[in-house]
Amino acid sequence: MGSAYDAMWERLNLDLNAHAALLEVLGKFYGDIYLNQQGRLKGMEYLDFVISEIHGLRIKELQKAKSQGRKVVGTFCVFVPEEIIWAANGIAVGLCAGAEAGRDKAEEILPRNLCSLIKSFVGFKLARLCPFFESCDLVVGETTCDGKKKTYEIFGDYVPMYVMEIPQMKQKADRELLRKEILRFKEKIESFTGNAITFEALKKAVKMLNDRRRVLRRLNKIRRNHPVPISGRDALLINQISFYDDPERFTQQISKLCDELEERVRQGNGAVPESAVRVMISGCPMAIPNWKLPYVIESSGAVVVFEESCVGSRNTRGLVDESAETMDDLIDALVDRYSRIDCACFTPNEERIANIISAAKEWNVRGVIHYHLNFCQPYEIESFRVEKALAREGIPFISIGTDYSMEDVEQLKTRVQAFIEMISA
Amino acid sequence: MFWGIDVGSRSIELVGIDESGRIETIRFVPTAYNPVGQMKVILDGVPRSDPIVSTGYGRSLFMEHISWNGPKRSVTEIQAYAKGALAFHPEVRMVLDIGGQDTKAIALDDRGQIVKFEMNDRCAAGTGKFLEFMAAALRVPLEEFGEFAMKATKKLQVASLCTVFAESEATSLMARGEKPEDIARALHESIVSRTVAMIRRVGFRKPILFGGGVARNRCVVSLIVEALGCDPVVPDKPEVVGAFGAALIAKESYSV
Repeated sequence: MGSAYDAMWERLNLDLNAHAALLEVLGKFYGDIYLNQQGRLKGMEYLDFVISEIHGLRIKELQKAKSQGRKVVGTFCVFVPEEIIWAANGIAVGLCAGAEAGRDKAEEILPRNLCSLIKSFVGFKLARLCPFFESCDLVVGETTCDGKKKTYEIFGDYVPMYVMEIPQMKQKADRELLRKEILRFKEKIESFTGNAITFEALKKAVKMLNDRRRVLRRLNKIRRNHPVPISGRDALLINQISFYDDPERFTQQISKLCDELEERVRQGNGAVPESAVRVMISGCPMAIPNWKLPYVIESSGAVVVFEESCVGSRNTRGLVDESAETMDDLIDALVDRYSRIDCACFTPNEERIANIISAAKEWNVRGVIHYHLNFCQPYEIESFRVEKALAREGIPFISIGTDYSMEDVEQLKTRVQAFIEMISA
Repeated sequence: MFWGIDVGSRSIELVGIDESGRIETIRFVPTAYNPVGQMKVILDGVPRSDPIVSTGYGRSLFMEHISWNGPKRSVTEIQAYAKGALAFHPEVRMVLDIGGQDTKAIALDDRGQIVKFEMNDRCAAGTGKFLEFMAAALRVPLEEFGEFAMKATKKLQVASLCTVFAESEATSLMARGEKPEDIARALHESIVSRTVAMIRRVGFRKPILFGGGVARNRCVVSLIVEALGCDPVVPDKPEVVGAFGAALIAKESYSV
């Protein structure tokens, strides 16, 4: 015991013993899954550092910013336009959690048959395990799925909650709704932070977050090479960290990492053997430390080269047009960008299927591993149409439903290995 | 000789084949919560310099814990079952295996390549385990459970596939005075309906080979015939399809 941050965590009212146990498990898990990879990239040292300081240094930064009057706003979904938060001199952090810790607490106030992601963020809050939650001045939810929207009603008793409505179709009226909701969110953030959002500030925030998307897209593009110079696990980690690290620092560090990766590509130096089978993961988000499925895949002779996921391409596809000259145009540019997100909460959602097919071709994958959290109806149901569409294209497909527990790892291995045997035959 | 070892949740099977692919040796032992110890028992006397392939849920246990001088590797049950089924019956286009904790349906193309498969997830509903629990609940020996259910005269329904729920349904049926044979038949029907749904999801094609220990259960076989409208090929020793397939893969991989 006795971390340098104990006093800070105590101030944040964390359950110190449970929190220490969580960090210990996380550290071990990270060691097994990440640190023992062969020929790891030098640029990953930054990510190792960020992870080792996951609840330390970054929280200290947030606390310092708060003492200077800045507000920290937590979000759960790539639909919430972070630009607004940063433009009001706020700090946005992703709060999604990817661990089972706190599940029993969550099940005291929620039904058991609810997806792991929801139970996890509720559990982390109730069990007092997450210093990000405790640093948040406001928590922003969104109406993407029934599980989330009904949970936010209950969750409002525990955190200061604001819920943004997300349309479920993509017609003209839906676009108008999204625009209204972005404006309502802007007003809320302005009054909450006490900072009026100027055109210049919003434009600057747009540019900053576009830069973060650009660097993640650059990283993803590099993964088209074979042998791929970075493991899918490392790429997933980078995407996960993008949700709570300082955006400018993150962009700078990942840009350096991309330079290193491009050098590796020039030397034909892969992170995995040339024989590794290229696959795509498609579906639900994977929040830290949910590395189970990528780990199972990558220890079975395959390599993940694309994440069609909110923690992946769904978060980085499409930039906000930076050429706007008025606030109105800039808001329109936000609406344009955010209304193109191809989440399974939409109906119909043909865009997503088209995006999966084109990525499967461009990244030259041998198969698609569709992943849904149990009880996530939108993604599970949509997987049937994805499968059909991929079958027409001759792209092999397997659907995996799981949760955050580790008990099904052996069964997952059998199915994933059999799929990899099948597509490599 | 080439060897295949299928380390399942309930039993371990070992098959040895000669250069021509003919089965020379078949051995069985129960897994009995000690898979490593039982693997050592079943491998007693097998030359450790022969090629071997492991399969089944304990395939990695074999790779990690059994010292072996000859070449060895592991494959999934899916691949082993497909390989074994095709050797038993080259025309086979679909393989159904109901084992101790897994049910799998595998579709093969005209060249015998796997095109799609489905497996139950972590839950053992609809597998051999389900029948084992239900036989115990009705106090019928597992080996006789199928015959017992064939004596049913009245149609009942058990809606649950969850072993725990199904057991309470069976208990309520008994409390209502229903005959155990009729309840047994309803339990068999519930597992078959789930299996047939799995087959249809993969895309039913004929001929179908039915392997795994549950293929010995006459009631399950006859209900599958009824549902699919065709006779499955059932090998004499249906539980060795996986181990046989693994042995064939050993032969393919390590023939000189």
